[in-house]
Amino acid sequence: MTPWVRRQQALADYTLAAMARRRVKNIGLLLIYALVIFVIASATLFSTALRHEAEIVLAEAPELIVQNLVMGRHDMISAEIIEELEAIRGVGGVTGRLWGYFYDRVNGANYTLMVPLDPKMVPPAGQALFGEALPRTRGLGWDTAPLFLSRYPGDLFRLDPAGRLSHESALVSADLILLGEEDFRAFFDLPPAVYTDIAVSIRNSREIDTIVAKAGKLLPNARLVTRDEISRTYQKLFYWREGIMVAMAGASVLAFAIFAAEKASGLSAEETREIGILKAIGWDTRDVIAMKLWEGGLISLGAFLFGTGLAYLHVFAFDAALFASVLKGWSVIYPDFRLTPMIDGVQLTALFFLTVLPYTAATIVPIWRAATADPDQVMR
Amino acid sequence: MILQVPILALLLGSALASAVALWAACFAIRVLRGWDITNGSGQQLALERATQLVSTLFGLVMLIEIAALFLFVFNADRMATLFVGAMCAVGTFNANAWGFPALTLKIAVFFAAALWLRLDRLDRAGHDYPLTRVKYAAILGIAPLLLANAAAELAYFLNLKTDVITSCCSKLYTPANAGLAAEMTGLAPGRALWLLAICGLAVALAGGAVLLRGRGARLLALAGIAFFLAALTAIVSVISLYVYDHPNHHCPFCLLKRDYGYFGYALYIPLFAGTALAAGVGMMRALPRSDSLAAITPLAIRRHTRRALAAFALFGAAVLWAIASSQLILFG
Repeated sequence: MTPWVRRQQALADYTLAAMARRRVKNIGLLLIYALVIFVIASATLFSTALRHEAEIVLAEAPELIVQNLVMGRHDMISAEIIEELEAIRGVGGVTGRLWGYFYDRVNGANYTLMVPLDPKMVPPAGQALFGEALPRTRGLGWDTAPLFLSRYPGDLFRLDPAGRLSHESALVSADLILLGEEDFRAFFDLPPAVYTDIAVSIRNSREIDTIVAKAGKLLPNARLVTRDEISRTYQKLFYWREGIMVAMAGASVLAFAIFAAEKASGLSAEETREIGILKAIGWDTRDVIAMKLWEGGLISLGAFLFGTGLAYLHVFAFDAALFASVLKGWSVIYPDFRLTPMIDGVQLTALFFLTVLPYTAATIVPIWRAATADPDQVMR
Repeated sequence: MILQVPILALLLGSALASAVALWAACFAIRVLRGWDITNGSGQQLALERATQLVSTLFGLVMLIEIAALFLFVFNADRMATLFVGAMCAVGTFNANAWGFPALTLKIAVFFAAALWLRLDRLDRAGHDYPLTRVKYAAILGIAPLLLANAAAELAYFLNLKTDVITSCCSKLYTPANAGLAAEMTGLAPGRALWLLAICGLAVALAGGAVLLRGRGARLLALAGIAFFLAALTAIVSVISLYVYDHPNHHCPFCLLKRDYGYFGYALYIPLFAGTALAAGVGMMRALPRSDSLAAITPLAIRRHTRRALAAFALFGAAVLWAIASSQLILFG
């Protein structure tokens, strides 16, 4: 063990003992500090988990979606285009998708109606699979209760439940109704051989750009959306929301830094006497500064661990009850979903920077002032 | 600008570093003009007290800057998903003209910080603060570097737009281009490994001379810097190929990705640490001699030499492991 390490160990020992003597003051400071960290850490952890969820969801999405545009607006796409797209080399599979929205006047919610791409998931005629939130918001009391949808006054479209979608997929399926193609076309009064859009799977992800370029030449009026673009948009959105939250919390960090500086400059008579005695028995100014830096460091670390731990519980055990509406967004049907607990090292490091740095910067001058005072002056 | 927490943290760190650097530089002028440890005047006493504060604050800033380099690079790699065309940190740095200048300045600040912290510690070890003038003259040199770093970083982050199409590493690290990266990529793998081995031998010989005979500290510093450059060239030219098991993928940044087990950190951390330590050994030898440090400096030089050699050896072990465990056969 080098002398430097021994010195630091002794300083840490002494500092811990000194802090224990002023327990109430230090615990008070630690709690306020932890509260500030808790707010920022909650936003960070929540946003990280949402980004992760988005990544998982999008991993299953098709590499490319082709939509028809008429006058700049989305329009139905002809089934003939499927064959044209299939002819492009490198394309794995092309499927026409049928999906649409329905505004339910009964509860003011928007549902997503869709024909499942997986043939095994397609329910029999007259039946549908319901998302997790739908029976809840429509008050379908029992499992076999049919759903009646009214497209216009006097109309009733009956769908019997073929089952319910699992709770695990609630993030994407809360408002979903899965039904067969014939029912779907009948419900929206759609002609045959048209689709909402076309999903294209591509075998080699490095060929996506080339295939998009070829499809663009083939269908100059179509909108081509790649999975990466959707993923990027989600990432940016969640980063932005998190950044806004943290930037707003910056005010509280600043307030806390001022509070900490104030606290550090107003040393109690006992502390001043302690520094005087330490210097009188041979402690150097840099020893006192090192001791005080240890004190700040221990408080920072304690508050960081405590605040982040609380934030972890808040986000993953209590569904981020305090900030969820800001970070998630809001709608009539909102999925009731659990986030997968996860911690991101980069975000935590950044959080440490954002919270510990202002505290250290704010307390260093008062620390130095206290440390450079003459022993006879402070003991008088 | 992308409102992202690591970016906010880095900008906060840079802002704090700039403020401290400006203040410390102003104070450094006072020290260089009026510092006289033999003088017992009130002015000198006040100056001595103030140096404690400035040194502590500047030391903290230097520590922050060392950590900031890693955060900067790691976050750039993480942000690659936000840019069209980016596969790793190269795409993020290429997203505007300020990315690579900011990275270069951050690396320069890293080495300056490591050397200054060494200087500060040595100065504090002497009872009469024999290196104070040198230390504050160094602050005058480092402060502009910190300001330039903060400015480049700010310009980079402010101009970071996610709708630009950036170029991926395979476009930058290809022998077909002009420029330094292409020159490094184009160097024959065998030659790059020989160059690395020769520089490694030079480091080992110079380190051995310092440990056994107490001579050759400056040579070790030069050999360390040469090894650093040779290592970067070898990483681009050949080591990366072994890690990726691919004869044409030369990117030195993809190594930092999870896909490759964050192997880049096993290469870069010992390499940067070893280079900083070796340069520190040379610096300590070049410092003006003083009585109070007569016994301390040689010990510190030996200790740092041992650490530098250990760090370079770790780098060497990581390189050998990458070559031995790879499926790629480049020679024979």
